Amino acid sequence: MHPAYSVIFFTTASGAGYGLLILAAIFAVGGLLPATGLLGLVLVGLALALIGGGLLSSTFHLGRPERAVNALSQWRTSWLSREGVLAIATFLPAGLFAVGWVFLGKTTGFFGWMGVAAALLAVLTVFSTSMIYASLTTIPQWNLATVPMAYLALGLMSGAVLLAFVTRLFGVHGTAVDVVAIAAILIGWGVKTAYWTAIDGRLPESDLGSATGLGRFGAVRILEQPHTEANFLMHEMGYRVARKHARRLRSLAHVGLFALPLLFVVAGLFAPEVTATAMAAGAVLALVVGLLTERWLFFAEARHDCMIWYGR
Amino acid sequence: MTSLPAIRPEKRLGLAIDLDTCVGCHACATNCKEWNTGGISGPLTDVNAYEAEQQGVWFNRVFTYEVGGEGPNARTVHFPKNCLHCETPACVTVCPTGASYKRSEDGIVLVDHDRCIGCKLCSWACPYGAREYDEVVGVMKKCTLCVDKIYNENLPEEDRVPACVAACPSKARHFGDFADPNSTVSKLTAERGGYDLMPEKGYRPTSKYLPPRPGRRSAAPVSAAGEPGLEGAGRFLKWVDRILSR
Repeated sequence: MHPAYSVIFFTTASGAGYGLLILAAIFAVGGLLPATGLLGLVLVGLALALIGGGLLSSTFHLGRPERAVNALSQWRTSWLSREGVLAIATFLPAGLFAVGWVFLGKTTGFFGWMGVAAALLAVLTVFSTSMIYASLTTIPQWNLATVPMAYLALGLMSGAVLLAFVTRLFGVHGTAVDVVAIAAILIGWGVKTAYWTAIDGRLPESDLGSATGLGRFGAVRILEQPHTEANFLMHEMGYRVARKHARRLRSLAHVGLFALPLLFVVAGLFAPEVTATAMAAGAVLALVVGLLTERWLFFAEARHDCMIWYGR
Repeated sequence: MTSLPAIRPEKRLGLAIDLDTCVGCHACATNCKEWNTGGISGPLTDVNAYEAEQQGVWFNRVFTYEVGGEGPNARTVHFPKNCLHCETPACVTVCPTGASYKRSEDGIVLVDHDRCIGCKLCSWACPYGAREYDEVVGVMKKCTLCVDKIYNENLPEEDRVPACVAACPSKARHFGDFADPNSTVSKLTAERGGYDLMPEKGYRPTSKYLPPRPGRRSAAPVSAAGEPGLEGAGRFLKWVDRILSR
């Protein structure tokens, strides 16, 4: 599948934003973060900026972005529509939670419940995003239970790494953040490793013989393409550029997305405050590179069944 | 609405495509483009139409496959492919806008080009590659089974068939109602063992493919030299023998 930059940025940024929103809300409501306005502004502001920026970016890959509001109508059947509805619904409790934290210095009571509601809706939104991909039976590399697991785990993991950095900057850092970050990184690493193992071992459900129904007459191969130049389907579904580099890119994702952030977070536990803050920043940088690589691969390694007809 | 019709449509219009008689002339694809670029889906835009890397919207594409490897059993099969108007199409249910829908009266799957946002998810959901993105108009387009032709009362009745069917010079495309067991398409499907493409996907295509008939050479080998009874026969008698052996 063609890895559109707008969709890569959308899924990584909004995933990290939702992860940060979930963890910031839980930590604030649980009394593990002070209810100071500036901290609330930076944490919830950063989360909502990542979410909003991601959603805005997602409209860039639409042919008619001015009609994007139509996409909220078919939540009964469409995961894309559900995602849109949930994403917008999340802004209401998240906004109220932010008002309470930033302007009133309150993260308990009504505003606490708004934080909890925002966190729950955020989980459902990320799940819906992942199901857009996981529900497609046409793409064996996406039609897997590990896909929603990976989206949730990587979202939480990104949020945890961001939360660790921001709390260190503000000097309100507690070990609980690191514990959550380490757990999230390990879970994300495990899920993603399981995912890559699964797609390497997955045989295609159909081949040219079974798809055409001509396999009963013997081996089938493409003799003539239907046209001399590539068409929309071949550009969109037949993307092959990154596949030959898949191994190296996977190694980069292992290091950038999991190994380095884990190393920085663990080392930060034993380092003096200034060094630990620098390490937390390093973890964020490594995460950005790793996450973009991982999401690029998620698209580039996906093979769409309609390319079978083209003998590819 | 992208919910599928609650009850099975009374009519199930579709095509029976005969892989035995298709000669791969691309007339179906060409006439489809010609009709639909001026019909409700029009224009079917082309990009770089007169230069390299041309790309355009086509609803019908004809593949050519070689089947059976090399040797006497090898055969060439031309394989036209367009929307199969599935009974449970995922391209409809994934649509977030309601632009994609399946008609309850005849089962035709259509796109409302005024609602479509061009997110392309329907094309991701279709294993048949039936949906194409019109990058100039910014919306998805697909085979309409010539819905603006088959019901068009301004046309003589014999012309009310999809453009691809009208153009086919070898009668490889048959149009009709699969819900009616007495229709030509239903009978052909029953007689010839018409089959679904990628049935494992579970989208239950309405249109069927009629398999190539057994090759003549492999089914009834013509008399070879040395066969008893033909020694000394001249070319004429060998020809008569060949005709009678069919």
